Amino acid sequence: MRGRFEGTLNGIKAVWRRELSAYFATPVAYVFIAIFLLVLGVFTWELSNFFETGAADLGPFFYWHPWLFMLFMPALAMRLWADETNAGTSELLLSLPISLPGVVIGKLLAAWSVAALALALTFPWWISVNILGPADNTAIALSYFMSLIMAGAYLGVGAAMSALTRSSVLAFVTGVVVAFLLTAAGWPLVTGAVSSLLGSGAGDAIAQFSFLTHFETAQRGVLELRGLLFFAGFLTLCLILNTLFVEHRRSGVQ
Amino acid sequence: MLDLDALSKSFDGYRAVTDLSFELDKGEVLGFLGQNGAGKSTTMKMVAGVLEPDIGDARVLGQSIVSNRREAQRLIGYLPEGAPLYRDMTPLTFLRFLADAHGMDRIARKTAVDRVIADARIASVTGQPISTLSKGFRRRVGLAGAILHDPPVLLLDEPTDGLDPIQKRAVRALIARMAHNKAIIISTHTLEEVPAMCSRVIVIDHGRMVADKSPDDLAASASGGLEEAFITLVSEARGGGA
Ligand SMILES: Nc1ncnc2c1ncn2[C@@H]1O[C@H](COP(=O)(O)OP(=O)(O)OP(=O)(O)O)[C@@H](O)[C@H]1O
Ligand SMILES: [Mg+2]
Repeated sequence: MRGRFEGTLNGIKAVWRRELSAYFATPVAYVFIAIFLLVLGVFTWELSNFFETGAADLGPFFYWHPWLFMLFMPALAMRLWADETNAGTSELLLSLPISLPGVVIGKLLAAWSVAALALALTFPWWISVNILGPADNTAIALSYFMSLIMAGAYLGVGAAMSALTRSSVLAFVTGVVVAFLLTAAGWPLVTGAVSSLLGSGAGDAIAQFSFLTHFETAQRGVLELRGLLFFAGFLTLCLILNTLFVEHRRSGVQ
Repeated sequence: MLDLDALSKSFDGYRAVTDLSFELDKGEVLGFLGQNGAGKSTTMKMVAGVLEPDIGDARVLGQSIVSNRREAQRLIGYLPEGAPLYRDMTPLTFLRFLADAHGMDRIARKTAVDRVIADARIASVTGQPISTLSKGFRRRVGLAGAILHDPPVLLLDEPTDGLDPIQKRAVRALIARMAHNKAIIISTHTLEEVPAMCSRVIVIDHGRMVADKSPDDLAASASGGLEEAFITLVSEARGGGA
Protein backbone atom coordinates (compact mmCIF):
# COMPACT_ATOMS: atom_id res chain seq x y z
CA MET A 1 0.00 0.00 0.00
CA ARG A 2 2.77 2.34 1.05
CA GLY A 3 4.77 1.47 -2.04
CA ARG A 4 1.79 2.21 -4.21
CA PHE A 5 1.27 5.61 -2.61
CA GLU A 6 4.94 6.48 -2.99
CA GLY A 7 4.79 5.37 -6.60
CA THR A 8 1.93 7.76 -7.25
CA LEU A 9 3.77 10.56 -5.49
CA ASN A 10 6.87 9.88 -7.61
CA GLY A 11 4.77 10.13 -10.74
CA ILE A 12 3.16 13.39 -9.65
CA LYS A 13 6.54 14.92 -8.86
CA ALA A 14 8.23 13.74 -12.04
CA VAL A 15 5.37 14.91 -14.26
CA TRP A 16 4.98 18.21 -12.40
CA ARG A 17 8.67 18.98 -12.89
CA ARG A 18 8.61 18.07 -16.54
CA GLU A 19 5.52 20.09 -17.33
CA LEU A 20 6.75 23.10 -15.40
CA SER A 21 10.05 23.04 -17.28
CA ALA A 22 8.06 22.75 -20.52
CA TYR A 23 6.19 25.97 -19.68
CA PHE A 24 9.43 27.82 -19.08
CA ALA A 25 11.49 26.15 -21.83
CA THR A 26 9.71 28.35 -24.36
CA PRO A 27 8.47 31.89 -23.77
CA VAL A 28 4.95 30.50 -23.27
CA ALA A 29 4.76 31.00 -19.52
CA TYR A 30 6.41 34.43 -19.61
CA VAL A 31 4.11 35.67 -22.37
CA PHE A 32 1.11 34.20 -20.58
CA ILE A 33 1.95 35.91 -17.31
CA ALA A 34 2.77 39.24 -18.95
CA ILE A 35 -0.47 39.36 -20.94
CA PHE A 36 -2.51 38.25 -17.95
CA LEU A 37 -1.06 41.01 -15.77
CA LEU A 38 -1.52 43.58 -18.50
CA VAL A 39 -5.14 42.71 -19.26
CA LEU A 40 -6.06 42.44 -15.59
CA GLY A 41 -4.41 45.81 -15.00
CA VAL A 42 -6.20 47.52 -17.86
CA PHE A 43 -9.59 46.10 -16.88
CA THR A 44 -9.21 47.01 -13.24
CA TRP A 45 -7.87 50.48 -14.01
CA GLU A 46 -9.94 51.55 -16.99
CA LEU A 47 -13.18 49.62 -16.82
CA SER A 48 -13.59 49.65 -13.06
CA ASN A 49 -12.10 53.11 -12.43
CA PHE A 50 -10.06 51.68 -9.63
CA PHE A 51 -8.68 54.90 -8.20
CA GLU A 52 -11.73 57.07 -8.76
CA THR A 53 -13.82 55.00 -6.40
CA GLY A 54 -11.22 56.07 -3.84
CA ALA A 55 -11.97 53.15 -1.56
CA ALA A 56 -9.15 51.00 -0.24
CA ASP A 57 -10.82 47.96 -1.67
CA LEU A 58 -9.68 45.38 -4.23
CA GLY A 59 -13.25 44.53 -5.27
CA PRO A 60 -12.92 46.00 -8.78
CA PHE A 61 -9.72 43.97 -9.18
CA PHE A 62 -11.17 40.62 -8.09
CA TYR A 63 -14.34 41.27 -10.07
CA TRP A 64 -12.46 40.44 -13.28
CA HIS A 65 -10.77 37.25 -12.10
CA PRO A 66 -13.48 34.77 -13.16
CA TRP A 67 -13.87 36.44 -16.54
CA LEU A 68 -10.17 36.49 -17.25
CA PHE A 69 -9.59 32.97 -15.94
CA MET A 70 -12.32 31.82 -18.29
CA LEU A 71 -9.99 32.71 -21.19
CA PHE A 72 -6.54 32.40 -19.67
CA MET A 73 -6.82 29.08 -17.84
CA PRO A 74 -7.90 27.07 -20.90
CA ALA A 75 -5.00 28.72 -22.73
CA LEU A 76 -2.63 27.53 -20.05
CA ALA A 77 -4.06 24.02 -19.97
CA MET A 78 -4.64 23.45 -23.68
CA ARG A 79 -1.27 21.87 -24.42
CA LEU A 80 -1.20 19.53 -21.41
CA TRP A 81 -2.65 16.48 -23.20
CA ALA A 82 -3.30 17.57 -26.78
CA ASP A 83 0.39 18.15 -27.52
CA GLU A 84 1.24 14.84 -25.97
CA THR A 85 -1.26 13.03 -28.19
CA ASN A 86 -0.15 14.94 -31.24
CA ALA A 87 3.57 14.28 -30.76
CA GLY A 88 3.01 10.62 -29.86
CA THR A 89 4.77 11.07 -26.53
CA SER A 90 1.58 9.90 -24.79
CA GLU A 91 2.66 6.44 -25.86
CA LEU A 92 5.88 6.87 -23.95
CA LEU A 93 4.06 8.35 -20.97
CA LEU A 94 1.53 5.52 -20.82
CA SER A 95 4.32 2.95 -20.89
CA LEU A 96 5.89 4.32 -17.71
CA PRO A 97 5.18 2.54 -14.41
CA ILE A 98 3.37 5.53 -12.91
CA SER A 99 -0.29 5.78 -12.02
CA LEU A 100 -2.48 7.65 -14.45
CA PRO A 101 -4.23 9.75 -11.79
CA GLY A 102 -0.74 10.78 -10.67
CA VAL A 103 0.10 11.96 -14.17
CA VAL A 104 -3.18 13.84 -14.42
CA ILE A 105 -2.59 15.55 -11.06
CA GLY A 106 1.05 16.33 -11.87
CA LYS A 107 0.09 18.03 -15.11
CA LEU A 108 -2.63 20.08 -13.46
CA LEU A 109 -0.31 21.12 -10.63
CA ALA A 110 2.23 22.38 -13.15
CA ALA A 111 -0.34 24.62 -14.85
CA TRP A 112 -1.62 25.65 -11.44
CA SER A 113 1.87 26.66 -10.39
CA VAL A 114 2.14 29.00 -13.36
CA ALA A 115 -1.29 30.44 -12.51
CA ALA A 116 -0.19 30.91 -8.90
CA LEU A 117 2.90 32.75 -10.05
CA ALA A 118 0.80 35.04 -12.24
CA LEU A 119 -1.52 35.71 -9.33
CA ALA A 120 1.40 36.37 -6.98
CA LEU A 121 2.77 38.94 -9.39
CA THR A 122 -0.36 41.06 -8.93
CA PHE A 123 1.01 42.03 -5.49
CA PRO A 124 1.47 45.72 -6.47
CA TRP A 125 -2.32 46.04 -6.43
CA TRP A 126 -2.43 44.80 -2.88
CA ILE A 127 0.29 47.22 -1.87
CA SER A 128 -1.41 50.13 -3.57
CA VAL A 129 -4.75 49.67 -1.77
CA ASN A 130 -2.87 49.72 1.48
CA ILE A 131 -1.32 53.02 0.47
CA LEU A 132 -4.76 54.40 -0.40
CA GLY A 133 -6.06 53.76 3.08
CA PRO A 134 -6.62 51.10 5.69
CA ALA A 135 -7.56 47.96 3.84
CA ASP A 136 -9.20 44.79 5.05
CA ASN A 137 -6.19 42.58 4.45
CA THR A 138 -7.86 39.46 5.79
CA ALA A 139 -10.64 39.78 3.23
CA ILE A 140 -8.06 40.40 0.49
CA ALA A 141 -5.98 37.37 1.51
CA LEU A 142 -9.15 35.29 1.49
CA SER A 143 -10.11 36.53 -1.96
CA TYR A 144 -6.65 35.70 -3.27
CA PHE A 145 -6.94 32.24 -1.78
CA MET A 146 -10.33 31.62 -3.37
CA SER A 147 -9.11 33.06 -6.65
CA LEU A 148 -6.30 30.54 -6.69
CA ILE A 149 -8.68 27.68 -5.89
CA MET A 150 -11.02 28.90 -8.63
CA ALA A 151 -8.12 29.04 -11.08
CA GLY A 152 -7.53 25.36 -10.35
CA ALA A 153 -11.14 24.54 -11.21
CA TYR A 154 -10.88 26.44 -14.51
CA LEU A 155 -7.61 24.63 -15.25
CA GLY A 156 -9.37 21.34 -14.55
CA VAL A 157 -11.87 22.14 -17.29
CA GLY A 158 -9.11 23.09 -19.73
CA ALA A 159 -7.04 19.99 -18.96
CA ALA A 160 -10.01 17.64 -19.37
CA MET A 161 -10.85 19.23 -22.73
CA SER A 162 -7.22 18.89 -23.75
CA ALA A 163 -7.40 15.14 -23.13
CA LEU A 164 -10.17 14.84 -25.71
CA THR A 165 -8.27 16.07 -28.75
CA ARG A 166 -4.88 16.16 -30.42
CA SER A 167 -5.28 19.82 -31.37
CA SER A 168 -4.44 22.33 -28.68
CA VAL A 169 -6.41 25.03 -30.52
CA LEU A 170 -9.52 22.88 -30.35
CA ALA A 171 -8.79 22.16 -26.70
CA PHE A 172 -8.62 25.89 -26.07
CA VAL A 173 -11.86 26.68 -27.86
CA THR A 174 -13.88 23.91 -26.19
CA GLY A 175 -12.29 24.78 -22.86
CA VAL A 176 -13.37 28.42 -23.18
CA VAL A 177 -16.90 27.45 -24.18
CA VAL A 178 -17.35 25.21 -21.14
CA ALA A 179 -15.66 27.75 -18.88
CA PHE A 180 -17.94 30.47 -20.25
CA LEU A 181 -21.05 28.44 -19.46
CA LEU A 182 -19.80 27.83 -15.94
CA THR A 183 -19.07 31.49 -15.43
CA ALA A 184 -22.05 33.09 -17.12
CA ALA A 185 -24.51 30.86 -15.24
CA GLY A 186 -24.10 33.23 -12.29
CA TRP A 187 -24.12 36.45 -14.27
CA PRO A 188 -27.09 38.64 -13.20
CA LEU A 189 -27.95 39.04 -16.88
CA VAL A 190 -28.34 35.28 -17.27
CA THR A 191 -29.87 34.48 -13.89
CA GLY A 192 -32.32 37.35 -14.45
CA ALA A 193 -33.38 36.02 -17.82
CA VAL A 194 -33.73 32.47 -16.51
CA SER A 195 -35.70 33.70 -13.50
CA SER A 196 -38.17 35.64 -15.63
CA LEU A 197 -38.60 32.68 -17.96
CA LEU A 198 -38.76 29.78 -15.54
CA GLY A 199 -39.29 31.39 -12.19
CA SER A 200 -36.80 32.63 -9.62
CA GLY A 201 -36.13 29.13 -8.33
CA ALA A 202 -34.59 28.14 -11.66
CA GLY A 203 -32.41 31.25 -11.75
CA ASP A 204 -31.08 30.53 -8.29
CA ALA A 205 -30.53 26.89 -9.11
CA ILE A 206 -28.47 27.72 -12.18
CA ALA A 207 -26.45 30.26 -10.24
CA GLN A 208 -25.50 27.55 -7.77
CA PHE A 209 -23.39 25.95 -10.49
CA SER A 210 -21.62 29.12 -11.40
CA PHE A 211 -18.04 29.94 -10.52
CA LEU A 212 -19.11 33.58 -10.31
CA THR A 213 -21.57 32.97 -7.49
CA HIS A 214 -19.15 31.02 -5.35
CA PHE A 215 -16.32 33.44 -5.90
CA GLU A 216 -18.44 36.45 -4.98
CA THR A 217 -19.25 35.10 -1.55
CA ALA A 218 -15.54 34.90 -0.85
CA GLN A 219 -15.07 38.54 -1.75
CA ARG A 220 -17.35 39.57 1.08
CA GLY A 221 -14.60 38.43 3.39
CA VAL A 222 -16.23 35.30 4.72
CA LEU A 223 -14.68 31.95 4.04
CA GLU A 224 -17.66 29.99 2.96
CA LEU A 225 -17.06 26.31 3.24
CA ARG A 226 -19.69 25.76 0.58
CA GLY A 227 -17.73 27.75 -1.99
CA LEU A 228 -14.52 25.99 -1.16
CA LEU A 229 -16.18 22.61 -1.39
CA PHE A 230 -17.79 23.58 -4.67
CA PHE A 231 -14.48 24.39 -6.34
CA ALA A 232 -12.67 21.45 -4.77
CA GLY A 233 -15.45 19.10 -5.77
CA PHE A 234 -15.58 20.50 -9.25
CA LEU A 235 -11.82 20.16 -9.70
CA THR A 236 -11.96 16.56 -8.47
CA LEU A 237 -14.68 15.81 -10.98
CA CYS A 238 -12.56 17.31 -13.78
CA LEU A 239 -9.54 15.26 -12.72
CA ILE A 240 -11.61 12.08 -12.71
CA LEU A 241 -13.03 12.84 -16.15
CA ASN A 242 -9.55 13.71 -17.39
CA THR A 243 -8.24 10.35 -16.15
CA LEU A 244 -11.14 8.50 -17.78
CA PHE A 245 -10.59 10.31 -21.09
CA VAL A 246 -6.94 9.26 -21.14
CA GLU A 247 -7.68 5.77 -19.89
CA HIS A 248 -10.21 5.42 -22.68
CA ARG A 249 -7.39 5.80 -25.19
CA ARG A 250 -5.77 2.62 -23.96
CA SER A 251 -8.67 0.81 -25.56
CA GLY A 252 -7.42 1.99 -28.95
CA VAL A 253 -9.53 5.02 -29.81
CA GLN A 254 -7.25 7.71 -31.12
CA MET B 1 10.71 -14.33 -19.31
CA LEU B 2 8.09 -12.88 -21.60
CA ASP B 3 4.95 -14.84 -22.27
CA LEU B 4 2.33 -13.73 -24.79
CA ASP B 5 -0.92 -15.57 -24.39
CA ALA B 6 -3.52 -15.35 -27.17
CA LEU B 7 -3.15 -11.58 -27.57
CA SER B 8 -5.87 -10.12 -29.77
CA LYS B 9 -6.88 -6.61 -30.74
CA SER B 10 -9.49 -5.22 -33.12
CA PHE B 11 -10.06 -1.64 -34.20
CA ASP B 12 -13.66 -1.01 -35.24
CA GLY B 13 -14.04 -4.64 -36.25
CA TYR B 14 -10.70 -4.74 -38.10
CA ARG B 15 -8.61 -7.48 -36.55
CA ALA B 16 -5.14 -5.97 -36.20
CA VAL B 17 -3.74 -8.80 -34.05
CA THR B 18 -5.34 -12.20 -33.68
CA ASP B 19 -4.56 -14.88 -31.14
CA LEU B 20 -0.83 -14.26 -30.94
CA SER B 21 1.05 -16.50 -28.50
CA PHE B 22 4.72 -17.12 -27.96
CA GLU B 23 7.30 -17.29 -25.20
CA LEU B 24 10.61 -15.56 -25.12
CA ASP B 25 13.49 -16.62 -22.88
CA LYS B 26 16.41 -14.79 -21.42
CA GLY B 27 19.15 -14.38 -24.01
CA GLU B 28 16.81 -14.48 -26.97
CA VAL B 29 16.70 -11.62 -29.47
CA LEU B 30 13.52 -11.87 -31.49
CA GLY B 31 13.26 -10.31 -34.91
CA PHE B 32 9.61 -9.38 -35.28
CA LEU B 33 8.82 -9.13 -38.99
CA GLY B 34 5.80 -8.37 -41.09
CA GLN B 35 4.60 -6.03 -43.80
CA ASN B 36 3.38 -2.53 -43.12
CA GLY B 37 0.17 -2.83 -41.17
CA ALA B 38 0.78 -6.46 -40.19
CA GLY B 39 0.26 -5.67 -36.52
CA LYS B 40 3.80 -5.43 -35.15
CA SER B 41 3.41 -2.08 -33.43
CA THR B 42 -0.04 -3.00 -32.14
CA THR B 43 1.45 -6.11 -30.53
CA MET B 44 4.28 -4.18 -28.94
CA LYS B 45 1.89 -1.51 -27.63
CA MET B 46 -0.18 -4.19 -25.96
CA VAL B 47 2.86 -5.79 -24.35
CA ALA B 48 4.07 -2.36 -23.19
CA GLY B 49 0.73 -1.65 -21.52
CA VAL B 50 -0.05 1.29 -23.78
CA LEU B 51 -2.94 -0.46 -25.48
CA GLU B 52 -5.35 -2.83 -23.80
CA PRO B 53 -5.76 -6.21 -25.50
CA ASP B 54 -9.33 -7.26 -26.27
CA ILE B 55 -8.51 -10.79 -25.23
CA GLY B 56 -5.34 -12.44 -24.02
CA ASP B 57 -2.52 -11.35 -21.80
CA ALA B 58 1.21 -10.79 -21.75
CA ARG B 59 3.27 -11.67 -18.69
CA VAL B 60 6.72 -10.40 -17.86
CA LEU B 61 8.44 -12.56 -15.24
CA GLY B 62 4.94 -13.68 -14.26
CA GLN B 63 3.53 -10.14 -13.92
CA SER B 64 0.46 -9.64 -16.05
CA ILE B 65 0.28 -6.48 -18.15
CA VAL B 66 -3.50 -6.58 -17.80
CA SER B 67 -4.06 -7.22 -14.11
CA ASN B 68 -0.74 -5.98 -12.72
CA ARG B 69 0.21 -3.30 -15.19
CA ARG B 70 2.58 -1.15 -13.19
CA GLU B 71 4.62 -4.06 -11.88
CA ALA B 72 4.92 -5.44 -15.41
CA GLN B 73 5.79 -2.03 -16.88
CA ARG B 74 8.65 -1.69 -14.41
CA LEU B 75 10.24 -4.71 -16.10
CA ILE B 76 9.86 -3.43 -19.65
CA GLY B 77 11.87 -1.00 -21.69
CA TYR B 78 9.85 0.28 -24.64
CA LEU B 79 10.96 2.27 -27.66
CA PRO B 80 7.78 3.32 -29.50
CA GLU B 81 7.76 3.47 -33.29
CA GLY B 82 9.33 6.71 -34.48
CA ALA B 83 10.87 7.30 -31.05
CA PRO B 84 8.53 10.11 -29.93
CA LEU B 85 10.29 12.49 -27.54
CA TYR B 86 9.55 15.69 -25.67
CA ARG B 87 11.01 18.18 -28.08
CA ASP B 88 11.32 20.96 -25.54
CA MET B 89 13.63 18.91 -23.33
CA THR B 90 17.30 18.12 -23.66
CA PRO B 91 18.43 14.48 -23.67
CA LEU B 92 19.72 14.99 -20.13
CA THR B 93 16.50 16.43 -18.68
CA PHE B 94 14.50 13.83 -20.61
CA LEU B 95 16.48 10.95 -19.16
CA ARG B 96 16.24 12.45 -15.68
CA PHE B 97 12.48 12.68 -16.07
CA LEU B 98 12.29 9.00 -17.00
CA ALA B 99 14.53 8.10 -14.07
CA ASP B 100 12.25 10.04 -11.70
CA ALA B 101 9.22 8.33 -13.17
CA HIS B 102 10.88 5.00 -12.44
CA GLY B 103 11.34 6.11 -8.85
CA MET B 104 15.16 6.14 -8.88
CA ASP B 105 16.90 8.13 -6.16
CA ARG B 106 19.49 10.75 -7.05
CA ILE B 107 22.50 8.46 -6.94
CA ALA B 108 20.86 5.68 -8.92
CA ARG B 109 19.64 8.28 -11.38
CA LYS B 110 23.09 9.70 -11.99
CA THR B 111 24.63 6.26 -12.47
CA ALA B 112 21.88 5.14 -14.83
CA VAL B 113 21.86 8.34 -16.89
CA ASP B 114 25.64 8.32 -17.27
CA ARG B 115 25.57 4.67 -18.28
CA VAL B 116 22.97 5.05 -21.03
CA ILE B 117 24.53 8.26 -22.35
CA ALA B 118 27.69 6.26 -22.93
CA ASP B 119 25.84 3.20 -24.26
CA ALA B 120 23.72 5.15 -26.73
CA ARG B 121 26.63 7.46 -27.64
CA ILE B 122 24.81 10.70 -27.07
CA ALA B 123 27.37 12.42 -24.83
CA SER B 124 27.97 15.14 -27.42
CA VAL B 125 24.35 16.33 -27.48
CA THR B 126 23.10 15.91 -23.90
CA GLY B 127 22.57 19.64 -23.42
CA GLN B 128 20.96 20.38 -26.78
CA PRO B 129 17.18 20.73 -27.16
CA ILE B 130 15.82 17.50 -28.62
CA SER B 131 13.98 19.50 -31.31
CA THR B 132 17.35 20.43 -32.83
CA LEU B 133 18.74 16.89 -32.96
CA SER B 134 19.05 14.86 -36.13
CA LYS B 135 16.78 11.87 -36.60
CA GLY B 136 19.54 9.42 -35.78
CA PHE B 137 20.39 11.16 -32.54
CA ARG B 138 16.71 11.28 -31.57
CA ARG B 139 16.44 7.56 -32.14
CA ARG B 140 19.44 7.03 -29.90
CA VAL B 141 17.99 9.23 -27.17
CA GLY B 142 14.81 7.14 -27.34
CA LEU B 143 16.89 3.99 -27.09
CA ALA B 144 18.77 5.42 -24.11
CA GLY B 145 15.42 6.04 -22.44
CA ALA B 146 14.27 2.49 -23.07
CA ILE B 147 17.31 0.91 -21.42
CA LEU B 148 17.64 3.45 -18.60
CA HIS B 149 16.20 1.24 -15.87
CA ASP B 150 18.02 -1.84 -17.17
CA PRO B 151 14.79 -3.78 -17.79
CA PRO B 152 14.82 -7.56 -18.30
CA VAL B 153 12.53 -7.20 -21.33
CA LEU B 154 13.12 -4.78 -24.19
CA LEU B 155 10.58 -3.90 -26.87
CA LEU B 156 12.18 -1.94 -29.68
CA ASP B 157 9.91 -0.85 -32.50
CA GLU B 158 12.14 -0.17 -35.51
CA PRO B 159 15.15 0.93 -33.45
CA THR B 160 17.51 1.22 -36.40
CA ASP B 161 15.13 3.08 -38.69
CA GLY B 162 16.79 6.29 -39.81
CA LEU B 163 20.26 5.43 -38.59
CA ASP B 164 23.34 5.59 -40.79
CA PRO B 165 25.31 2.35 -41.33
CA ILE B 166 27.80 3.19 -38.62
CA GLN B 167 25.09 3.89 -36.06
CA LYS B 168 23.19 0.79 -37.10
CA ARG B 169 26.24 -1.24 -36.34
CA ALA B 170 26.66 0.51 -33.00
CA VAL B 171 23.06 -0.25 -32.06
CA ARG B 172 23.52 -3.88 -33.09
CA ALA B 173 26.62 -4.08 -30.93
CA LEU B 174 24.77 -2.55 -28.00
CA ILE B 175 21.93 -5.04 -28.39
CA ALA B 176 24.38 -7.92 -28.62
CA ARG B 177 26.05 -6.73 -25.42
CA MET B 178 22.74 -6.53 -23.57
CA ALA B 179 21.28 -9.72 -25.03
CA HIS B 180 22.73 -12.26 -22.60
CA ASN B 181 20.54 -11.28 -19.65
CA LYS B 182 17.49 -9.88 -21.40
CA ALA B 183 14.67 -10.95 -23.63
CA ILE B 184 14.49 -8.54 -26.57
CA ILE B 185 11.91 -8.02 -29.31
CA ILE B 186 12.98 -5.94 -32.29
CA SER B 187 10.74 -5.05 -35.18
CA THR B 188 12.45 -4.08 -38.38
CA HIS B 189 12.02 -3.82 -42.13
CA THR B 190 15.74 -4.16 -42.74
CA LEU B 191 15.99 -7.87 -43.34
CA GLU B 192 19.78 -7.84 -43.74
CA GLU B 193 20.27 -6.96 -40.12
CA VAL B 194 18.14 -9.83 -38.88
CA PRO B 195 20.79 -12.60 -39.04
CA ALA B 196 23.35 -10.27 -37.47
CA MET B 197 21.10 -9.23 -34.62
CA CYS B 198 18.48 -11.86 -33.92
CA SER B 199 18.53 -15.42 -32.64
CA ARG B 200 14.92 -16.04 -33.60
CA VAL B 201 12.42 -14.69 -36.11
CA ILE B 202 8.66 -14.42 -35.94
CA VAL B 203 6.80 -13.30 -39.03
CA ILE B 204 3.24 -12.05 -38.69
CA ASP B 205 0.76 -11.22 -41.37
CA HIS B 206 -2.66 -9.73 -40.90
CA GLY B 207 -2.09 -10.04 -37.18
CA ARG B 208 -1.45 -13.79 -37.27
CA MET B 209 1.82 -15.61 -36.80
CA VAL B 210 2.98 -17.28 -40.03
CA ALA B 211 6.49 -18.34 -39.02
CA ASP B 212 8.55 -18.86 -35.89
CA LYS B 213 12.09 -19.99 -36.76
CA SER B 214 15.77 -19.25 -36.42
CA PRO B 215 17.03 -16.74 -39.02
CA ASP B 216 19.11 -19.49 -40.65
CA ASP B 217 16.17 -21.86 -40.98
CA LEU B 218 14.01 -19.13 -42.38
CA ALA B 219 16.66 -18.14 -44.92
CA ALA B 220 17.14 -21.79 -45.90
CA SER B 221 13.43 -22.22 -46.56
CA ALA B 222 13.66 -20.34 -49.86
CA SER B 223 16.34 -20.29 -52.52
CA GLY B 224 16.67 -16.52 -52.52
CA GLY B 225 17.51 -16.30 -48.81
CA LEU B 226 15.72 -14.32 -46.14
CA GLU B 227 14.05 -11.79 -48.39
CA GLU B 228 12.56 -14.41 -50.69
CA ALA B 229 11.48 -16.48 -47.72
CA PHE B 230 9.77 -13.46 -46.19
CA ILE B 231 7.95 -12.53 -49.39
CA THR B 232 6.88 -16.13 -50.00
CA LEU B 233 5.54 -16.46 -46.47
CA VAL B 234 3.58 -13.28 -46.59
CA SER B 235 2.06 -13.91 -50.01
CA GLU B 236 1.24 -17.52 -49.12
CA ALA B 237 -0.61 -16.30 -46.08
CA ARG B 238 -2.80 -14.21 -48.37
CA GLY B 239 -3.39 -17.13 -50.70
CA GLY B 240 -0.92 -15.93 -53.34
CA GLY B 241 -0.39 -12.42 -54.71
CA ALA B 242 0.80 -9.98 -52.03
N1 LIG C 1 -5.57 3.21 -33.13
C1 LIG C 1 -5.93 2.57 -34.24
N2 LIG C 1 -7.17 2.69 -34.75
C2 LIG C 1 -7.53 2.02 -35.87
N3 LIG C 1 -6.73 1.19 -36.55
C3 LIG C 1 -5.47 1.03 -36.09
C4 LIG C 1 -5.00 1.71 -34.93
N4 LIG C 1 -3.70 1.35 -34.71
C5 LIG C 1 -3.40 0.48 -35.71
N5 LIG C 1 -4.44 0.28 -36.55
C6 LIG C 1 -4.46 -0.61 -37.70
O1 LIG C 1 -4.00 -1.87 -37.29
C7 LIG C 1 -3.18 -2.46 -38.28
C8 LIG C 1 -1.84 -2.83 -37.70
O2 LIG C 1 -1.09 -1.66 -37.45
P1 LIG C 1 0.37 -1.69 -36.85
O3 LIG C 1 0.75 -0.29 -36.58
O4 LIG C 1 0.41 -2.63 -35.73
O5 LIG C 1 1.22 -2.26 -38.05
P2 LIG C 1 2.79 -2.47 -38.15
O6 LIG C 1 3.01 -3.93 -38.38
O7 LIG C 1 3.47 -1.86 -37.03
O8 LIG C 1 3.13 -1.70 -39.50
P3 LIG C 1 4.39 -0.82 -39.90
O9 LIG C 1 5.40 -1.75 -40.43
O10 LIG C 1 3.87 0.05 -40.98
O11 LIG C 1 4.83 -0.08 -38.70
C9 LIG C 1 -3.11 -1.45 -39.41
O12 LIG C 1 -4.02 -1.82 -40.40
C10 LIG C 1 -3.52 -0.15 -38.78
O13 LIG C 1 -4.16 0.67 -39.71
MG1 LIG D 1 4.77 -0.39 -36.79
